[in-house]
Amino acid sequence: MVVKMAAALRGSLVTLFKGLGGPRWQQLASRPLSVSAGLCSPESPPARADAIFKVTMLPGDGVGPELMTAVKDVFKAGDVPVEFEEFHLSEVQNMASEDKLEQVLTSMKTNKVAIKGKIHTPMEFKGELASYEMRLRRKLDLFANVVHVNSLPGYNTRHNNLDLVIIREQTEGEYSSLEHESVTGVIECLKIITREKSRRIAKFAFDYATKKGRSKVTAVHKANIMKLGDGLFLQSCAEVAQLYPKIKYENIIIDNCCMQLVQNPYQFDVLVMPNLYGNIIDNLAAGLVGGAGVVPGESYSAEYAVFETGARHPFAQAVGRNIANPTAMLLSAANMLRHLNLEYHSHMVSDAVKRVIKQGKVRTRDLGGYCTTGDFVHAVVENLRHRPVH
Amino acid sequence: MLITLLVEFDLLNPGSQSKETSKTCRVSRVVGAFKNEAPQSRTFVRGMQTVTLIPGDGIGPEISSAVMKIFEAAKAPIQWEERNVTAIKGPGGRWMIPPDAKESMDRNKIGLKGPLKTPIAAGHPSMNLLLRKTFDLYANVRPCVSIEGYKTPYTDVNLVTIRENTEGEYSGIEHVIVDGVVQSIKLITEQASQRIAEYAFEYARNNQRASVTAVHKANIMRMSDGLFLRKCREAAEKHRDVKFTEMYLDTVCLNMVQDPTQFDVLVMPNLYGDILSDLCAGLIGGLGVTPSGNIGANGVAIFESVHGTAPDIAGKDMANPTALLLSAVMMLRHMGLHNYAKNIEKACFDTIRDKKVLTKDLGGESKCSDFTEAICQRVRDMD
Repeated sequence: MVVKMAAALRGSLVTLFKGLGGPRWQQLASRPLSVSAGLCSPESPPARADAIFKVTMLPGDGVGPELMTAVKDVFKAGDVPVEFEEFHLSEVQNMASEDKLEQVLTSMKTNKVAIKGKIHTPMEFKGELASYEMRLRRKLDLFANVVHVNSLPGYNTRHNNLDLVIIREQTEGEYSSLEHESVTGVIECLKIITREKSRRIAKFAFDYATKKGRSKVTAVHKANIMKLGDGLFLQSCAEVAQLYPKIKYENIIIDNCCMQLVQNPYQFDVLVMPNLYGNIIDNLAAGLVGGAGVVPGESYSAEYAVFETGARHPFAQAVGRNIANPTAMLLSAANMLRHLNLEYHSHMVSDAVKRVIKQGKVRTRDLGGYCTTGDFVHAVVENLRHRPVH
Repeated sequence: MLITLLVEFDLLNPGSQSKETSKTCRVSRVVGAFKNEAPQSRTFVRGMQTVTLIPGDGIGPEISSAVMKIFEAAKAPIQWEERNVTAIKGPGGRWMIPPDAKESMDRNKIGLKGPLKTPIAAGHPSMNLLLRKTFDLYANVRPCVSIEGYKTPYTDVNLVTIRENTEGEYSGIEHVIVDGVVQSIKLITEQASQRIAEYAFEYARNNQRASVTAVHKANIMRMSDGLFLRKCREAAEKHRDVKFTEMYLDTVCLNMVQDPTQFDVLVMPNLYGDILSDLCAGLIGGLGVTPSGNIGANGVAIFESVHGTAPDIAGKDMANPTALLLSAVMMLRHMGLHNYAKNIEKACFDTIRDKKVLTKDLGGESKCSDFTEAICQRVRDMD
């Protein structure tokens, strides 16, 4: 039955049950609890899972380890039944090797789920074109990156009440690491677009839109210039769109899309795009609602799910200063719990984070406050057991 | 300031032609317009400089005549040479622009251009591309400055994007390798990277800009963007008076929408420039108010409005000439006519700030001709 289900939803989000046969029954136990959470007295114990979920953790570089500590602290305080398998893979600290990468892959094969910080790529070109971040992505075939950009109630920016989803293909395109110097001083960099992968991401986007009840998918491209490459992507999207008559399909040129995003971002719903444009739009949209510190993101393959921040930056200048904003990573961790079907715990964590932001008393520097990462985590922990009184 | 005044006095004084030629050149050098150029062979008719005007399609002719009217009111020493451009097939089947337009541009060096329509599937490349190729317009410069009175969520934006315009992702080299697999080639050359980097620093210095930021993605495209970045670093070494920083494209986007005031001059390869320049235009209110200039080899420069031809309102006296007017102001600055530039720009901004006479897209009810007349009135009042 499990296999059948996975087959039926191939390419969509729900493939996690594979290999999780054991703890599957526990979702049945936790579901009713989360539904009735509002009715429970504040003293009622949290859903106590009998199984412990193992999750691979890659803290990465920059403030990654600090953010992971925040996640661990909150999980511990909330009695979240998750155990982490930590791997320190870092190119800048000389902790990256083929062995390490293999270990991570082995761990991922059993766990299927990971939480990850940004593995920084040193800029200097030393002969190897693909970074570890890219290789990990390719090895796991994490083809879809999803960033749900949602304004945080209580924190005002120039554009409030934003709610849009950015879906990015992240295994081909400009990030193919194919470059060569044809003659001295002339470098060719190849961008690869394939029909197969374009259709896969398009299908993912429409499946996502269907599942989340969204009404419109917009393909972002530059087919007026890259007529063949982006043209193929656009054509693939249009073909897939025909299979989903209930969802509106539009397309927009990348430069116009960026301009519209800063002028009227409300016109967009779900955006789907090739690799580089995704990188641009992810960051731009994250900036609209408060920056890299507040937007969670996730990457999917047919088998694996990796949870990370929406805008992936190591934020190296903040290392050790206790100023990083753990909001994005905590929300991402909450999304991970939902993915593991720990609905109750997921709500507990995300509600606590959102409540702290809404109260506005404890804010990190990037949101205009004076609090440290530690203060923020402490405030979240304080709010974990809070129940709204009806 | 004194020099400018002197020159402009001279320009209006028919008697002193030789003196004036030398001085204009000197001033122009200060502005950096004709860097490394032999003395210009421009025709000066009583201090007048000739500029090739390409009115364009759709709303192009209306907004061009608006700009001409305002220039006339400001008594700017510019004489227009109107040329129409359409793609024609030259000997050997190559698409080219009409010879009289090319001749005019080659002679005058400076051009002002309205929007040109790009017919889809007409068989010839877009006119903009053709002009770019004909005159080797390698740098696209777009200053984005917040316009007081035209409200957007962003204030105090004041930055310039400089985009490499000849290569990169827009090389146009693409192949289908097997069915369903396409390879597009992004071309980065040492020469073009160096040229754009040098120009960015020249521009920064000549326009009193404090810093230049190179925008790249060298962590992913290590060789190609790496080369671009290396050339920027080399140019920075030569221009130590201008501060140099480098930033990833994604970081720039992230920071741009949060706090655009931290940026000054940005220099980047083609695609990034395309995206960022439109993004920045969005910050200040869109393409209808953003000027643009293209700098080419041999001292050629074409200034243009980058918005569309708006065929739906063409001929209805509803168009907004601001983008073309500000591009023309940019042109005056490029030519060293700073006083005229300042007056016209001020008149335009004052009219927008006053909010009494505005075209529809700016939030008013007025016609293009009324808006133009309001600016003309202000320019005349300045005398």
